[in-house]
Amino acid sequence: MADSSRRADTVTLTIDGHEVNVPKGTSLLHAAETLGIEVPHYCYHPGLSAPAQCRICLVEVEGAPKLQPSCVTMAQDGQVVHTESPSAKRMRQGVLEFYLVNHPLDCPICDMSGECKLQDYVFDEGREQGRAREPKRVFGRDDFGGDVLYYGDRCVMCTRCVRFMDEVAHDARLTVVERGDRAVIDTFFESGLDDASFAGNVVDICPVGALVSKDFLHKARAWDLDHTPSICPNCSQGCNIDLHARDNLVQRLKPRENQEVNGHWMCDYGRANYEWINRAGRIESPGVGRSGKRRAADWQTALGALLDRLRESEGAGVRIVGSPLASNEALGTLHRLGRAVGTVTESVFRCRRTEDEDPLPGFPLLVRRRDLAPNVDGAGILGFERAGSDDATGGLGAAASHDGILVVLGDQLGDQPEDFGADASLYVYLGTFDSPAARNADFVLPVTTFAEEDGTFVNAQGRVQRFEQGLQAPGSARPAWLVLGALLAALEGGNPPGSAADAFAALAAEYAAFAGLSHDAIGTAGAVPEPAHA
Amino acid sequence: MAYPYRHDKEVRVLSEGFGDPAARTVEGWKRYGGYQGIARALEIGRDATIDEVKNSGLRGRGGAGFPTGLKWSFMPKDSGRPHYMLCNADESEPGTFKDREIIRWTPHQLIEGCLVGSYAIGASHCYIYLRGEFFETTNVLARALEEAYEKGLVGRDIMGSGVDIDMTLHVGAGAYICGEETGLMNSLEGRRGEPRIKPPFPAAVGAFGMPSTINNVETLAATPHIVRHGAEWYRQWGTEKSPGTKLFCVSGHVNRPGNYELPLGFPMMELIEDVCGGMRDGKALKAVIPGGSSVPIMSADDCRSCTLCYEGVEAAGSLLGCASVIVMDENTDIVKQVRRMAYFYAHESCGQCTPCREGTAWATRILRRIEDGLGTEDDLDTLIEISEQMTGTTICVLSDSLAMPIISSIEKFREDYLALIRRGERVGAA
Repeated sequence: MADSSRRADTVTLTIDGHEVNVPKGTSLLHAAETLGIEVPHYCYHPGLSAPAQCRICLVEVEGAPKLQPSCVTMAQDGQVVHTESPSAKRMRQGVLEFYLVNHPLDCPICDMSGECKLQDYVFDEGREQGRAREPKRVFGRDDFGGDVLYYGDRCVMCTRCVRFMDEVAHDARLTVVERGDRAVIDTFFESGLDDASFAGNVVDICPVGALVSKDFLHKARAWDLDHTPSICPNCSQGCNIDLHARDNLVQRLKPRENQEVNGHWMCDYGRANYEWINRAGRIESPGVGRSGKRRAADWQTALGALLDRLRESEGAGVRIVGSPLASNEALGTLHRLGRAVGTVTESVFRCRRTEDEDPLPGFPLLVRRRDLAPNVDGAGILGFERAGSDDATGGLGAAASHDGILVVLGDQLGDQPEDFGADASLYVYLGTFDSPAARNADFVLPVTTFAEEDGTFVNAQGRVQRFEQGLQAPGSARPAWLVLGALLAALEGGNPPGSAADAFAALAAEYAAFAGLSHDAIGTAGAVPEPAHA
Repeated sequence: MAYPYRHDKEVRVLSEGFGDPAARTVEGWKRYGGYQGIARALEIGRDATIDEVKNSGLRGRGGAGFPTGLKWSFMPKDSGRPHYMLCNADESEPGTFKDREIIRWTPHQLIEGCLVGSYAIGASHCYIYLRGEFFETTNVLARALEEAYEKGLVGRDIMGSGVDIDMTLHVGAGAYICGEETGLMNSLEGRRGEPRIKPPFPAAVGAFGMPSTINNVETLAATPHIVRHGAEWYRQWGTEKSPGTKLFCVSGHVNRPGNYELPLGFPMMELIEDVCGGMRDGKALKAVIPGGSSVPIMSADDCRSCTLCYEGVEAAGSLLGCASVIVMDENTDIVKQVRRMAYFYAHESCGQCTPCREGTAWATRILRRIEDGLGTEDDLDTLIEISEQMTGTTICVLSDSLAMPIISSIEKFREDYLALIRRGERVGAA
């Protein structure tokens, strides 16, 4: 330890009896965090400035005349810090009691209940019985516009929301009005947070239930939600998110911290567009035969029949329509299968694109991208070309009248004529939702959405990012890589991939862009492939 | 003798021109020796000016009593950045009315003080932050400043010295917290009047992010006299630790309330009994708040041997603060008095820090309940504990300022509280 403390860029201090070595300029709160000690805090947020005003993170620093705010007090060599000393604990208990003087304690009807920092801290360290007998002051609630609702009575005045709008969104639409215990958060103008494209983040950073989402209002209790690390499917930025699901339905999307991609944030567009994941009308079982003569089949029957047809048509021209919503594992395995069967003459995808990007000024890495799908770059790496216009229509003329093998994955072909694929010698449709343009398909195979499978996307920065299965697939829908991998193994020999990681490993062996990567190496933070650095 | 009251025991350094309307002009002020202080400062130079003030032992008159010369010496030398002198004229401590009188009668005294201070710390711009309610005061100062500009005493090349010092008056919007030095800076910059965390201290990062020094009106007003006559001259009054003279704002139940300039170390009872003409209607003294509402209350016994200097009042269990002596006679309802003060602090809390935002308002509500005869003895323990939680836990000392009178009043006048709680009897309610 003596060696490391001699280095100019680190300091060594003692917190609660544990020695810790941290970089210079680390706050006591962070230094404690590295030891697994959580110092309670409200106003401090790692993505914002620290006003040190909630006063609950005060800790005892030996030699200091009074308790010090750990969020803005920088670690110094030789410092001895106590977060659990009698004076620090007594102060925290006092501050918590102060918070409850006016707090309505409406936890039973509060959306934040279960993940509320006030609730947590009071349960941990608060007084058993409050002493406040006076009537509480009442503000009621205020519609801030956008998706945001404000319950002033629950507010702890940490001002994280004000600072987010000011420092990160660079759009100071929130402020503190009045002072003392009459102080509340308010918007400057009637329009409030309407059309502010990142305002939903203020709900995430609110440590209590003061700012809540209208969309999520009274929809689910926090403890009933399953959290699954995932990637936002709504643009090619690929913000790291958590899927919050209950009863196999996505209830909301929340940003998951990744300083290389989205920081602590995500955009409102991405956040709001999750209902399609829950949509009914899914294809639930494989179908064999063209429309009219189609019958449901189990997977073994369907894939057996399909294999026979594939073997018959060996050497044929293959046209593939993929989707930028599909994983690398699905698209890559699809392309490999196409090449195993015949000659891939065309592989395309269509993607909705907006006119403009929407950057987050205070965190410039995060941009709501023009491409409104998560895996445009992955599709490119895997040999798919962009087709059609910016509203994801057209561009499939050659495929529509192709007389060889036609495989469609994911694209719902909503704009395509009824005779799409009618001339194909073999037309396979792998999709999530039934589509009129799948009527001519010889095989309709139900596959899962990103929320129902493991896999990876490549975002606009070239970063390969993993997402995990958060929902059960409907009926007998299977991940596309599993279906396609089984077909490929049957045609070429070898073992079919048993997991998305296996499917990815096969891609890593073939595609230079994925060389050296694996699901394990990608982890939850994502990884940029080596060639991208070159 | 136009000024309300005068007394022979007074030593008039700052208050010499009080009551003389002629002192409001440059010519008039020069008859009192005006603008000789800055002239001498320009002559002896920056460092010597700071040394003179340092040696005089002048302590900040805004309440904290920090040595002024030392504060000035904290300013960086040759920082290459603009320095700012800030004059705190947001006098809003309940019971205080000295700065207003200095500005109202002798505006040039303040302007000259600002010049000396600005020159000493290398500031070419001085902001005078005036309390929002100071209408007449602001007008007087604005007129005086205009004249000072016309006469070349302020602005470019003051008095032909080659030194530039501009001065701007900024009128607040009426918030007590803007009298806190960093709250004042935020307000001056157009932000919410909320105190800032220290460090960084103003001498490093002050107004507009630049090195700044902030001084009270009375402090700055004293500096030209010190520079002109020398530190030793100033030290002829007062005590070793509290040299010089000080304006005492006496209010309450005395026969002649008002501003009296006395040497520090003056006996408190002599101030009350002699200078102020004794207690009104011959009533007995009950309590004194010696330094504006933010300091512990003193009982009559505490006052007997108390001398009015920083160390003297501290020895008697309170603080000199800004020497605003509030005198209360035997008929005073201490509970009501403390509740009224609590209401003030709850109303003026900026609301940043939790202990202050919630604590001041909660304490006010408890005191109101006790006043209404609905209190319990447990409430007194709760009040003391709330007060302790409000002490030393916040960014500024606003909540400490309420904690002190609450704790001291419960300690010293517990009987008053108990009379209300147990028997519903209001002391002094006639």
